[in-house]
Amino acid sequence: MTAPLLSIQGLTKAYPGVIANDDVSFDIAEGQVHALLGENGAGKSTLVKMIYGLVKPDSGQMTWRGAEFAPAEPRAARAAGVAMVFQHFSLFDALNVAENVALGMENPPAMRDLAARIKDVSENYGLPLDPFRTVGDLSAGERQRVEIIRCLLQDPKLLIMDEPTSVLTPQEVEILFQTLRKLKSEGTSILYISHKLEEIRNLCDHATILRLGKNVGECVPAETSARQMAELMVGDTLQTPTRTAKSGGEIMLKVQSLTAKSANPFGTSLKDISFTVRSGEILGLGGVAGNGQDELLAALSGELLTSPNTVIIRGKATGHLGPNQRRGIGTLAAPEERLGHAAAPNMSLVENALLTGSIRQGLTKKGFVNWKDTTQFAEDIIKAFDVRTPGSDRAARSLSGGNLQKFVIGREVLQDPDVLIVNQPTWGVDAAAAAAIRQALLDLAANGAAVVVISQDLDELMEISDNFGALNEGRLSNICPAAGLTIDEIGLMMGGAHGLDAPTQEVRA
Amino acid sequence: MDLSAINPVLLIASLMVAATPLLLAAIGELVVEKAGVLNLGVEGMMIIGAICGFAIAVETTNPYLGLLAAMAGGAVLSLLFAFLTQVALANQVASGLALTLFGLGLSALMGQSYVGIKPPAMAKLDIPFLTDLPIIGPILFGHDPVLYVGLALTAATWALLKYSRLGLILRAVGENHEAAHALGYHVVRTRVLAILFGGACAGLGGAYISLIRVPQWTEGMTAGIGWIALALVVFASWKPWRVLLGAYLFGGINVLQLNLQAAGVAIPVEYLAMSPYLITILVLVIMSADKSRAPASLGRIFHASQ
Amino acid sequence: MIHLEKRPQPSRAWALMTPVIAVIVTMIAGGLLFAALGKNPIEAIRTIFYDPLFGEFSFYYRPQLLVKGGPLILIAIGLSLGFRAGIWNIGAEGQYIVGAICGAAAGLAFYPMESIVIFPLMIFFGALGGLIWAMIPALLKVKFGTNEILVSLMLVYVAEQLLASMSLGLLKNPEGFGFPGSRNFQSYDSAHNAELITGTGMHWGVVAAFIAVIFSYILLNKHILGYNIRLTGEAPRAARFGGVNPTRLVLFCMGASGALAGLAGLFEVAGPAGQVSIDFNVGYGFTAIIVAFLGRLHPVGILLAGLLMALTYIGGDIAQSSLSLPSAAIQVFQGMLLFFLLALDVLTNFRIRFATKGAA
Repeated sequence: MTAPLLSIQGLTKAYPGVIANDDVSFDIAEGQVHALLGENGAGKSTLVKMIYGLVKPDSGQMTWRGAEFAPAEPRAARAAGVAMVFQHFSLFDALNVAENVALGMENPPAMRDLAARIKDVSENYGLPLDPFRTVGDLSAGERQRVEIIRCLLQDPKLLIMDEPTSVLTPQEVEILFQTLRKLKSEGTSILYISHKLEEIRNLCDHATILRLGKNVGECVPAETSARQMAELMVGDTLQTPTRTAKSGGEIMLKVQSLTAKSANPFGTSLKDISFTVRSGEILGLGGVAGNGQDELLAALSGELLTSPNTVIIRGKATGHLGPNQRRGIGTLAAPEERLGHAAAPNMSLVENALLTGSIRQGLTKKGFVNWKDTTQFAEDIIKAFDVRTPGSDRAARSLSGGNLQKFVIGREVLQDPDVLIVNQPTWGVDAAAAAAIRQALLDLAANGAAVVVISQDLDELMEISDNFGALNEGRLSNICPAAGLTIDEIGLMMGGAHGLDAPTQEVRA
Repeated sequence: MDLSAINPVLLIASLMVAATPLLLAAIGELVVEKAGVLNLGVEGMMIIGAICGFAIAVETTNPYLGLLAAMAGGAVLSLLFAFLTQVALANQVASGLALTLFGLGLSALMGQSYVGIKPPAMAKLDIPFLTDLPIIGPILFGHDPVLYVGLALTAATWALLKYSRLGLILRAVGENHEAAHALGYHVVRTRVLAILFGGACAGLGGAYISLIRVPQWTEGMTAGIGWIALALVVFASWKPWRVLLGAYLFGGINVLQLNLQAAGVAIPVEYLAMSPYLITILVLVIMSADKSRAPASLGRIFHASQ
Repeated sequence: MIHLEKRPQPSRAWALMTPVIAVIVTMIAGGLLFAALGKNPIEAIRTIFYDPLFGEFSFYYRPQLLVKGGPLILIAIGLSLGFRAGIWNIGAEGQYIVGAICGAAAGLAFYPMESIVIFPLMIFFGALGGLIWAMIPALLKVKFGTNEILVSLMLVYVAEQLLASMSLGLLKNPEGFGFPGSRNFQSYDSAHNAELITGTGMHWGVVAAFIAVIFSYILLNKHILGYNIRLTGEAPRAARFGGVNPTRLVLFCMGASGALAGLAGLFEVAGPAGQVSIDFNVGYGFTAIIVAFLGRLHPVGILLAGLLMALTYIGGDIAQSSLSLPSAAIQVFQGMLLFFLLALDVLTNFRIRFATKGAA
């Protein structure tokens, strides 16, 4: 057998307080689709950054077709034949497609030739793109195409894809997989990073599983059950949330014909959104990132003001009320972005507890802050939600993502809301913490609150939602009972089929 | 009052002279801002350029060496800003202010022995026949070389930003520094170079005031032109040709109000002298509706953490 | 190879240490500068920092500490509120001038009447003048999103022209033999901001500065409005989510800093300066920016920083007369202080690592 394309031997990389990669070794063969499987925080991103020359390993080595390979910078990696599609796109909104592609190339041809090649290659691989469109105006799926085309134009030997499907609808995923299979048939190796087991079983020839920075096993996905891979990946048995469905409660939140312009020039405006949520109900809202999730949360939390009758909480018109007024009537929210939006990074947990707690917890009197009660509130959150931190005086940014997320969700849940809206409640959170957060949301609903969960994790939504809808370009699909939905139906909802071909189940009003 | 004393040909010719320091400083700042850095120290770099240029021109009796020294002076001062913001990751607003305060003080210190001296004069363009043409001659062919350098610089900046790879990288860095870093571009290096370019341009603009426009040295002689240059970049929506347009507009207003002062118009001198600043505010208000052209990473601190 | 590593938690120790280190480093660098100017550096530093406090004529200079420190502290306290929230009013110099003009005009309108209501009225109009001048950039920012830095700064130049116009025209002393400048408040008892305790330099402006320090401390540490100001500066999106109204915050911060700068101007014109004149303003509005940063935008820090900066002014004056050190040297010195402070500030949030391995 010939030497592998890329061989990784004993790579180790430590950051203060955490070993991101600990003695990781594996090989990628020519023409192989190799999966790198692991939870968030397992060290996948650090590993690929080392292959791509963005991060230097502390120890260990790599060989490329038998020769030593230690790229000092991405340029060197690209010269060797490595190309990478990033999880968070490395695109420039204000530049056009061709300019974005040119930036990813060593020696780009003149713009006109490049545009022609972009058209050729994109059509050849079934990913059509107009080279002169401004990237900021493209959808998430199209933006990913720009990244992929950028890679393909360099005839890569190894294509690294970091969580490529998190921004795609199921139909777009199928198109992507066809493209990847075509590439494989042409001899390109692919390093495919994901934590979605079914995708890996579907696509990959070989899988390496990372847990807490270590290589904990390898397998051939087609011959391994999803359950076996999950156990390798997670390590211990999960606590699955227990669902006690209730229905027919009082209408707590009613949104009718909500139309709102995004505050962000490249954001998605909301178009004619209507739905209701009852006491005890969890409404799951799926959809590909960037289809109005942030804007919907802002409109419900009061950050984005609309006309009074578009948002009705327990019969009261509240579209024109700001965040604190809505908190006053029991409507709380937890935005997606933890650092900078849900919490102030440099401020202590106590100060962050005051951020949303001042109204309902009565932490201020005539404008003066009661720091003693606020500290108590922060400590209560830390205790109830098992937030791992040396103390409530620590800055929010010093917490790990999962711990901060528990704090942010806990802060709202402990205030006993009547209506709670959360966006991506378990994004970037380890499995145990994610289970705890989901359970807290389920308990809240069981106690009579109305909960709206906006998430891109369909498994999560299927697990906890009573009803399901999807956002697409700022519009909301029909709302259907979650039980019994098929992946195809969900895909159609996410893809923007507004009730035409979508499932015809009875819509609960 | 005698408005007929105002000669329109001379007005246009002197408008171009008045606009040149603004143009130079604003083109430099445009490049800096395109790279995603907000340097509020333009005023400080200009005044340092003004004194460095003046001092060297006087000492060597060579105005061209003076101009080179002015560019070097502005660039050295901007290096301080580059160190603060790109290495020590200090707040760009505060650092820019520090640069201006420091530059004003340092220039006053350096310029003590140069007050009241006349600098060596710079030869004006003199092309036989062309310069002697009526009207067109004095307007197009009768200026000092730096004025033409300013125009050429505008064209070069426009072409470079729009068509060259360097310009593309610069815009990319200013647009999204994380992405540029992920693609392997040197964000800090690119920005430091842009800051140095901005410093050199501001220095040249300052020396233009002290060596050509006025020409003599007085403390604080830039009198807010650096700040107006900053406003000009906003006015121009980060487009080089609009910077030129804006600079000529402001130059025109300034020359006009000076002419009106000289002509003894019935408006008090102080109110005429206020007008360029008031018009700057007005223009800022009009232009602030359109924020979309600003580089997206403008003023944000970049630190490659992992 | 040196590189920076973000601290998980801002370091309190460094936050307190950096201003002190910055002062020491500035003294060293300043000493080198003075040596380069042909002065004995140790003598120069001693003249600036020691003589005003403990030297032969310190009985004369010590009161000056409050006279010069008062306006600096008053203005810097106002600025610090905005700076904390990311609202950059850098036109305090203009607000200071307009406050002085308005307050002085209010007083002069009553001349030669004597009444105890005149001085309070002047205080009111002084604050109002500064407030209005600061409201221009504030309202433009709120209404049109105009950059407040540039507008507030442009208004400094406008205010300077206004000052010239006033001292040559409307407010010119009719009995001043044609010299520019208004009547002198020192000879108008009801309007004079006199020294409260002889020999201390204490006047109403200094009292106001101390009150401002206390109020600002309470506001920032105990009150939700102060919390909202800090929150907006740290994380604007989180502030919006926390229910902060950014419009109101801009108006409050700009208004407060303008009013305080206006007050400082009024107390100065009615007291130490004595009259409205062309060269009335001496850059307190700009130096106060340094004071605000040197004091780490903290009220107590600003109090100390204001006194230190006043010391450099006084010491600079002494050095100018006794060592013929140019006055611009002190300006450079103050600028350097801000530089070193900003450069050292990185240590609060980052750790410096010296990579031991070849690869870094």
